[in-house]
Amino acid sequence: MLGYIVKRLVSLAISLIVASVVIFVVVEVAPGDPASFMLGLNAQPDTVAALRAELGLDQSKVERYLSWVGGMLTGDFGTSYTYRTPVAQMIADRMWVSLPLALFALTLSTLIAFPAGIFAAARRGAPSDLAVTGATQLGVAIPNFWFAMMLVLIFAINLRWFNAGGFPGWEAGFWAGMKALTLPAIALALPQAAILTRVMRSSLLDILGEDFMRTARAKGLTARQALWRHGLRNALIPVLTIIGLQFAFLMAGAIIIEQVFFLPGLGRLIFQAITQRDLIVVESVVMLLVFAVIMVNFLVDLAYAAVDPRLRTRT
Amino acid sequence: MSRNLVLGGLLTSVFVIAALLSFVWTPDSVEAMNIAGRLKPPSADNLLGTDHFGRDILSMLMVGARTSIAVALVAVGIGMGLGVPVGLAAAARRGGMLDEVIMRLNDLIFAFPSLVIAILITAVFGPSATNAIIAIGIFNIPVFARITRGAALSLWKREFIMAARVAGKTRTRISVEHILPNVANLLIVQGTIQFSLGILAEAGLSYVGLGAQPPTPSWGRMLADAQTMASLAPHVALIPGLTIVAMVLGLNLLGDGLRDALDPRLKVVRA
Repeated sequence: MLGYIVKRLVSLAISLIVASVVIFVVVEVAPGDPASFMLGLNAQPDTVAALRAELGLDQSKVERYLSWVGGMLTGDFGTSYTYRTPVAQMIADRMWVSLPLALFALTLSTLIAFPAGIFAAARRGAPSDLAVTGATQLGVAIPNFWFAMMLVLIFAINLRWFNAGGFPGWEAGFWAGMKALTLPAIALALPQAAILTRVMRSSLLDILGEDFMRTARAKGLTARQALWRHGLRNALIPVLTIIGLQFAFLMAGAIIIEQVFFLPGLGRLIFQAITQRDLIVVESVVMLLVFAVIMVNFLVDLAYAAVDPRLRTRT
Repeated sequence: MSRNLVLGGLLTSVFVIAALLSFVWTPDSVEAMNIAGRLKPPSADNLLGTDHFGRDILSMLMVGARTSIAVALVAVGIGMGLGVPVGLAAAARRGGMLDEVIMRLNDLIFAFPSLVIAILITAVFGPSATNAIIAIGIFNIPVFARITRGAALSLWKREFIMAARVAGKTRTRISVEHILPNVANLLIVQGTIQFSLGILAEAGLSYVGLGAQPPTPSWGRMLADAQTMASLAPHVALIPGLTIVAMVLGLNLLGDGLRDALDPRLKVVRA
């Protein structure tokens, strides 16, 4: 197990290094100098030069890459070009919207997908199974930002149960915050729930055909008992992988959903930073998102290896 | 022929025909604005109503289909064009340096949240349909590389490949002449799935303003424009959305139908 962890840690480190280089290079080749952008068209050349020095833009690319990465390792994400505040602070503030949103959506999609998948698998081929499978076909075809708009139209504009957007902040109370995140979370969760339901259903169907399930029936368990005691546990392995992968989709999907609901999360931070050419913010937020995704997948892998020794030898 | 194949094929052809037809004919001009006739609900004059500039929504959707299909199709082309040779090369020398490097790079691209990177690319290089294609296309490469490699690996163990090697054919020739035709079915099925994901991704990017730029009509931007109008005229938000759903649904059904028709044992990755 220790050997496996070390091996995985090495590949984790390589992934993170390559990812940071890629992000740095992509942002580096971006046209436009942040310093002259900040000072406007009429800025004097020496003012621009002074600002470039202050922002560290006059250093070589390698130096800047190293100071960016080094800074991140010590929790210093640099200073925003436009707001002149620490990027780490800006990210921390926005995180309190994006992370609860992603977790809320993940919880919802799991709560929908588990019962739906089990229900469909247990009634394979029956009309109720076809209804669930048909619904998942539709679920993966619906763009979540459009679904979000429809939710706003129905539940915010017509029924007035929710606000159409915005976030009151957690200071306004836990429930007020959750209420503002409810429609966005539903919109994010729907396509994920559809995918997860399919995986749950097909994984259960695979397991139901296994010899040990027949043995369970043969020793006198009812179909239902066999499903709950032996089937479900074994069917969960592929489902957990997908949940891990979905975290990535939720973080990314949140970027667009935050635009629909005007939520002050990481997504809106990225878009603001892009329009203002605040590249240090773009760089750091993207790196953070990639880091989160790589970490989650790493942890999912480790959790598997802990549960199933066979997976440790797989490369 | 299965129901999926027929229904999916029909839905997809409707959109492809509408897109092609738009080159020569649309019910109305997509540039003609008519402020007096704005936000009109569907009627005999404008079958699907008009938008906030009084433009005919059906015509906009037809021209928009062109953008969506072009972006998704070229992105699939990039994915196949680069991913398939890479997958074939990796499988031809299983476990070699090239295989190792290619597969690690693949894992790495998979680890990136694709939409985030697409946003980064289009933001840095400026929003345009071309940059959207590149951004979406890059993420198709590892998908095709992976399934090509997986399928090719099992083929390399088969007797007819052994026979070809005994006959003195090079690995490259075997890959092209014997492996590729045998993985083609799988690639077509995966291609349809990636096509549908490309349509969704393009819609998302142009919704946030990073896809095709005005005046080129695009489904995603029609929805972005509709957002503030939806309470006054729900059809401006409803119709383009349903169009995207129908196109994506059609492609997914087509993919499922093709898979069942070509080879029921095929396993397709949904990523």
